[in-house]
Amino acid sequence: MLNLWRFISRFNAFFLLIIYLSISIILLVRNNDFQRASTFNTSNQIIGAIYQRVNGIEKYLHLSAVNDSLAKENASLRNQLKSSFYNDSVTSKKIIDTVNHVQYEYMVAEVVNKSITARNNYITINRGAKQGIKKGMGVIGPDGVVGIVWNVSENFASIQSILHEDTRITSSIEGTPYFGPLVWNGKDPNMVTLTDIPNQLQLKKNAKVVTSGYGVIFPKGILIGHVLKSGIKGGGSFLDISVKLSTNFYALQYVYVIKNNLQKEQETLESANKASVNE
Amino acid sequence: MSKIIINILRFIILVCIQVFLFKNIVFYGLNTPYLYILFVLLLPFETPNWLLFLLAFLMGLTIDLFNDTVGLNAAACTILAFVRVIFISITVQKDTLENDLSPNLSTMGFRWFFFYALILTLTHHFFLLNLEVFKLSEIPTTLSRVILSSIFTLTLIFIAEILFYSKKQRK
Repeated sequence: MLNLWRFISRFNAFFLLIIYLSISIILLVRNNDFQRASTFNTSNQIIGAIYQRVNGIEKYLHLSAVNDSLAKENASLRNQLKSSFYNDSVTSKKIIDTVNHVQYEYMVAEVVNKSITARNNYITINRGAKQGIKKGMGVIGPDGVVGIVWNVSENFASIQSILHEDTRITSSIEGTPYFGPLVWNGKDPNMVTLTDIPNQLQLKKNAKVVTSGYGVIFPKGILIGHVLKSGIKGGGSFLDISVKLSTNFYALQYVYVIKNNLQKEQETLESANKASVNE
Repeated sequence: MSKIIINILRFIILVCIQVFLFKNIVFYGLNTPYLYILFVLLLPFETPNWLLFLLAFLMGLTIDLFNDTVGLNAAACTILAFVRVIFISITVQKDTLENDLSPNLSTMGFRWFFFYALILTLTHHFFLLNLEVFKLSEIPTTLSRVILSSIFTLTLIFIAEILFYSKKQRK
């Protein structure tokens, strides 16, 4: 027993290494599990609050860029107003009540923390379960798609951004029927790759890449980025298309969370399909 | 006693700088400085091993909590503490040291401190970035990130140390 004690105290550094290393590896592996909502993340109340305070200062630095993008968005929204079109029709029309048939609702949220340079990046926003945010909702910024809600706490939510290993947003080239998942290779935060597009497609440079609308998360036609170049992957029949993201993650300050009012209906129907096949 | 206060202050300042400033600095998507390891580097020689490991682990965990990467920095910091123990046991005779010394530039000289900082920084960054990516296929990118980040971190460590150095000389 004494010998054992002597042995342990002689090599105590090694045993301490083993102990602390195993604790951290366990934490690391456990926390990586996508399904398990962990208490240790920035949706955590205290750290979220600290970040919000620091962000209040930081916000001033980006004020002009944010103003520009909001002004641009205002202009484009104003262009869609009914009052900005010249009305030359004299026939009376039946008015369709669209207010009660909204499929997508948008909620504005402020970014309080974000990472861009890691292999897997997250963004924390100051809206949470209290404001009706749920896991799996889509998130867009003023310039395009940002990510998908991952974890939600009472007042904060963290978003798994496009710049994440596991994010797959189904997207298509505008004007074509083909669609495929977007993946990020982890190197350049301005570039993503669109895969699974058949190679008979004649691609133009700068063609718009938009959401396909085939999922339940994003509406159809939201801008993601522009085609930079495309290449055939190893003689296969699919293209690998490099896409330059339209969202500048460095300057991102405000985002919109999308709530799909018909999500449940579509999901129930689709899972019923699967269930009936299994029978 | 003052040593404890200095270390606590250093802990808080380094965490703040790391989390609110350096986390956002990045060049070509390749390197981020991790200056916070300076805290582990500068702990006094007579720190017992259990305390050293505990402090290194806590430092890593604090950074992790802000970065959403629980366990990642903690693991790298624990390895860093282990390498520190080995490096010091090989290069320094404990009984020749005066009391209350810290392994810094002004007490140990440039050559020793340079190798000390170099080896510890490289080990820490190597484990940190590889654990983060956790893919063999991305090893070349990761290694270049390790080297570039280490250069960046070392430069910052020396800038910080030279600031302290001149202060001590003036007194």
